[in-house]
Amino acid sequence: MAPYETDDSAKAGEAEDVRAGRRKAARYVVPVTVVGVAAATIGLVPAFAGSGDPDLPKISAQELIEKIAASDVQQVSGTVKISTDLGLPDLGGLESSLGSGGAGKPSGSDGGSTAEPSSKLLELASGTHTVRVAADGPDKQKLSLLDKTSEYSVIRNGDEMWAYDSKSNEVFHTTGAADGKERKHDEEKDQKKGQEKGQESGKGLPEDAPATPQKLAEEALKAVNDTTSVTVDGTAQVAGRDAYKLLIKPKESGSTVGAVSIAVDAKTGLPLKFTLTPASGGAAVVDAGFTQVDFAKPSASTFDFTPPKGAKVTEGDKLKDQGKHAKQEKPARSGEDRGKGLEGGGPKTIGEGWSTIAEFDMGGKGVPSADNAGNGAVDGFLNSLGDKVSGKFGSGTVFKTRLINVLITDDGKAYAGAVTKDALVKAANAAK
Amino acid sequence: MSRAEGTGAERTGSDTAGSDRAGAEPTGAQSAGAELAGWSDPGATGLRKPGPLWTLGLFRSELVTTFRRWRTIALLAVLAGVPVLVGVAVKIETSGGSSAGGGGGAGPAFITQITNNGLFLVFTALAATLPFFLPMAIGVIAGDAIAGEANAGTLRYLLVAPAGRTRLLLTKYATTMTFCLVATLVVAASALAVGALLFPLGELTTISGTRISFAEGLGRALLIALVVAASLIGVAALGLFVSTLTNSGIAAMATTVGLLITVQILDQIPQLDALQPYFFSHYWLSFADLMRDPVYWDDVQRNLGLQCLYAAVFGSAAWARFTAKDITA
Repeated sequence: MAPYETDDSAKAGEAEDVRAGRRKAARYVVPVTVVGVAAATIGLVPAFAGSGDPDLPKISAQELIEKIAASDVQQVSGTVKISTDLGLPDLGGLESSLGSGGAGKPSGSDGGSTAEPSSKLLELASGTHTVRVAADGPDKQKLSLLDKTSEYSVIRNGDEMWAYDSKSNEVFHTTGAADGKERKHDEEKDQKKGQEKGQESGKGLPEDAPATPQKLAEEALKAVNDTTSVTVDGTAQVAGRDAYKLLIKPKESGSTVGAVSIAVDAKTGLPLKFTLTPASGGAAVVDAGFTQVDFAKPSASTFDFTPPKGAKVTEGDKLKDQGKHAKQEKPARSGEDRGKGLEGGGPKTIGEGWSTIAEFDMGGKGVPSADNAGNGAVDGFLNSLGDKVSGKFGSGTVFKTRLINVLITDDGKAYAGAVTKDALVKAANAAK
Repeated sequence: MSRAEGTGAERTGSDTAGSDRAGAEPTGAQSAGAELAGWSDPGATGLRKPGPLWTLGLFRSELVTTFRRWRTIALLAVLAGVPVLVGVAVKIETSGGSSAGGGGGAGPAFITQITNNGLFLVFTALAATLPFFLPMAIGVIAGDAIAGEANAGTLRYLLVAPAGRTRLLLTKYATTMTFCLVATLVVAASALAVGALLFPLGELTTISGTRISFAEGLGRALLIALVVAASLIGVAALGLFVSTLTNSGIAAMATTVGLLITVQILDQIPQLDALQPYFFSHYWLSFADLMRDPVYWDDVQRNLGLQCLYAAVFGSAAWARFTAKDITA
């Protein structure tokens, strides 16, 4: 009996060990479960939130456009998130060195202020930004660009226009011609931001609903003709409000623009979200929309601004010339505006609608392509920037972004448009 | 009261870094047991079912032990020194009339506003210490929590007392969190004192350009200090988990601080932007959003949520490890 007993107890001991081991292992189920639940929550909550499209009465595209036009929102405050992905290299460091380079000079030089609006524009050209808007009627607006630990605000209160950069503690101030200044500011912004402009340009046009994507909608609707299809594409929730989705698509092929989608608030007709998707698929090139919106009157103190003690104040007039200069570059850089800008006696345009191509004569020689440039380093640099192409027109280099492509031929012509590389080559061939 | 302090004094009596408990601990554990009997119920049930007061006693004893260590005091002194350095540097730089940070917006957040309002030194000091000094101090304390005891051979004596492993772990975590709060408040208080001495105080301008009264500014400074302290919960939990993995206090501290640095570096790599929102340090600087007007809560909430998630994951992992571990030292 004794051996049996020993055996039994040994087995029992082993079983105990195994059980203890299991019990130990079972404890790790807790952290794993926590991770799992968290992952599921993160993954599923947006999916559930997205599935609850609101039930709204059916509406035609025409009615929806009228709704936008009739929109008369005077008081609004909210947070707008703007994501831009033009496929440009990340210029983060470069931008800031450029931005501070001008103003970071020792005091006494005639460099601008970091609070001057145009020095902030490059920042919006890439990445994701959070912008706060507040408006109370045509005279009071505030726009704040939220940076990581600082904020850049443009405040308009009647005749006064202030811009405050909390990072450098600098203030930019203009009076009287604030309206014009604002508009110029916005135009400059347009030029840099391409399609996402108009996010704030309502400010310069008091008859519009202020600080909204409304201008975007208007721009997009101007393009409605036989080249474009405009439909109502269901409903969506934007910033907690029920909205209709207006879908605008080019009918012809060859454009890099896949679709423009505008979410319009069902109650007020205020456009809440603007998305531009490229034809090549992938993430939206421009995605600008309210993440939070409130139609109550913003508190009056929002628009009060007194320069903080010790802040460097730059008066706007000194910088006028600089601003004008920037404005003149517009036709060459603007995206959506190209047709409008170009018709006014600018460069030649080829085609119409979405696949309009602008042709510039650059006078002298174009960018030398790899063949005829002697310097190996320069060759490499140019090749890394663009693709070499050739056709009946000769040869040239195509510089690509996700939205706008530019073909610069070796004989000094430039073709630019929101069209594919092939369309550019075709246009260049045809022009020859 | 006097009991716990006495316990602490006994345990720290022979305080040399790392081995402070070696000799005194048996006494500590015994007296802690006696304390339980004396506090919760002098009767027979006391030893079997430790009441809440026992946990509190253990917590108090832990706190006293931790805060009487020279290394803790040295850490706090270093943290208190940062605002002094920043304040004096800004004062010297701006004494010639030039603006701080070279005028171009370089340097830690808020640094340009310090000369106008000393209260901004609080925010600058927190922004300067949060990325590294504060979490490093937390890493040292958290990493030492379990592994340090094991290293000094005092862990099993601590467990001889009827505290239970879970309770001991919770106490250690609570002590670490208290240190988070104390460390942050030390930075803030030192910054406020230096700011008040060197610079004017008064109404301040938020980074949105609106004005708030000094009292409201102080309130926001306190709120920011609390948010900064809460931002460290994640590191504390991570450090505690690492601390249960090893018997070497130094290894646990080094691992925690190493992880901290690694995560901070990864957070700077643009190609990893899909992962970055899940790094515990990603939203740390969101405390600056509390200086906007109106306050922008989104990132602050995300930060706090993330810290809670880290606390839950690594806290439970630490529990799973520690309660199943063979205590050999």
